[in-house]
Amino acid sequence: MIRPHRTHALWYAFVLHRLSGIALALFLPLHFYMLSLALTDPAQLDEFLAFTDLLIVKCAEFALVFLLAVHMFGGLRLMALEFLPWSSRQKTFAASTVALAFVISTGFFLQAT
Amino acid sequence: MLNLHLYMAQRLTAMIMAPLTIGHLAVMIYAVQGGLNVAEILARTQGSLAWFIFYGSFVLAVSIHAAIGMRAIMFEWLGIKGAVLSVISWGLCLFLLALGGHAVWAVTFAGASA
Amino acid sequence: MSESGKFLQVSIWREQDGDGHFETFEVPRQDNQTILDVVAWVQQQADPTLSYRFACRVGMCGSCAMMVNGAPRWTCRTHVQKVADDNRLEIAPLRNLPVIKDLAVDMDPFFDKWVAAEAVFEPTQTRDDPMAPINPQDPMRIAASDAIECINCAVCYAACDVVAANPDYLGPAALNRTWSLVNDIRDDGQDARLKAVSGDGGCHNCHAQQGCARYCPNELNPTLSISGLKRATAKSLLGWGQ
Repeated sequence: MIRPHRTHALWYAFVLHRLSGIALALFLPLHFYMLSLALTDPAQLDEFLAFTDLLIVKCAEFALVFLLAVHMFGGLRLMALEFLPWSSRQKTFAASTVALAFVISTGFFLQAT
Repeated sequence: MLNLHLYMAQRLTAMIMAPLTIGHLAVMIYAVQGGLNVAEILARTQGSLAWFIFYGSFVLAVSIHAAIGMRAIMFEWLGIKGAVLSVISWGLCLFLLALGGHAVWAVTFAGASA
Repeated sequence: MSESGKFLQVSIWREQDGDGHFETFEVPRQDNQTILDVVAWVQQQADPTLSYRFACRVGMCGSCAMMVNGAPRWTCRTHVQKVADDNRLEIAPLRNLPVIKDLAVDMDPFFDKWVAAEAVFEPTQTRDDPMAPINPQDPMRIAASDAIECINCAVCYAACDVVAANPDYLGPAALNRTWSLVNDIRDDGQDARLKAVSGDGGCHNCHAQQGCARYCPNELNPTLSISGLKRATAKSLLGWGQ
């Protein structure tokens, strides 16, 4: 259960930004390691890339692209909040972040499958 | 806990990465069509100074950005502070830099066989 | 429909010398009843040892701020019918401050951070100088005035999760006042002020959760003010601006 003082849109936007950042930070070392296999063991990398054709992996990639996009748009939202004149549409911006990220990740998923 | 300098590094690397991320997303949406394989990836990136600069700067920026972000989280949510916090944060930055740098090198100028 | 004849189940935080727990009281429900009315009834009719603070009881002083069903509010301006789900209430002392007894918190850390943030006016002139001509339409004066109505009730401080997570964080109220003073052209303390809010507990720790703006009973926006401080400190670092 979420504590009552936190149940508002902009707190959820904060949590989404933080959790997506953590997920990306944990994902990156694996991503870098896999890519470096292009040098040390290309055959293993090809095997792994074939494995990523599975639908369940594509769904995971959809989630990853969503997390990257939502973290980036969320970050742009924050920098706009900080460096541009204040807007009263804070909740609209937060919602747009999620919507745009969903569009991009869906676009990726449709191309990938 | 962020002070002015960490904050500025965080925001500057974020600004640098905004166009790089959009570029990366675009490349991924394009590249993922028809499946991925090593030969196809390397055909694009091998020997390319442009990709080296693109992904090289991406790795540099994300190493700094992620380390500072995780620093704030470790302090606020795990209560890690002082010298231990600095050591882990720097460690994470250097770890991402090393691994990411190696990956960029692997797909550009390392001369892997396709 | 009259509420009389019904009863509220009210859980109130009791604490003395660090030992705390919730105690439940049955309080008669009335029309037009505020949370402060409920607390006062308990102390007057049920348990005279209950400690709590209030002063004006008309929403001007901010003394009666407490956590009501998990949200920081002025209890004299919170109507029972707006917050009592199923005739249940939970009343606790303000979050993020040490408890002295029951519902009364120690406001010292809050005011210590106010001073540490240099949220204190530094005069440039004396009473013998002519009054400073301030244009009310000046954008800086408007910015200062927009942030100036803070009465130090600590509701925003209780709402803020960064205050909870970072003991050094100066907090929304102190930083909001600092921003107001940054925009006061009569003030002389800007260098010290920007330095004070650039350290480990400074404005850069704000994550824009905007709980402060959500709960401020005076409808102030500390997140907006803190963003102004972020801009001012960034400019100062890069050598731009004043």
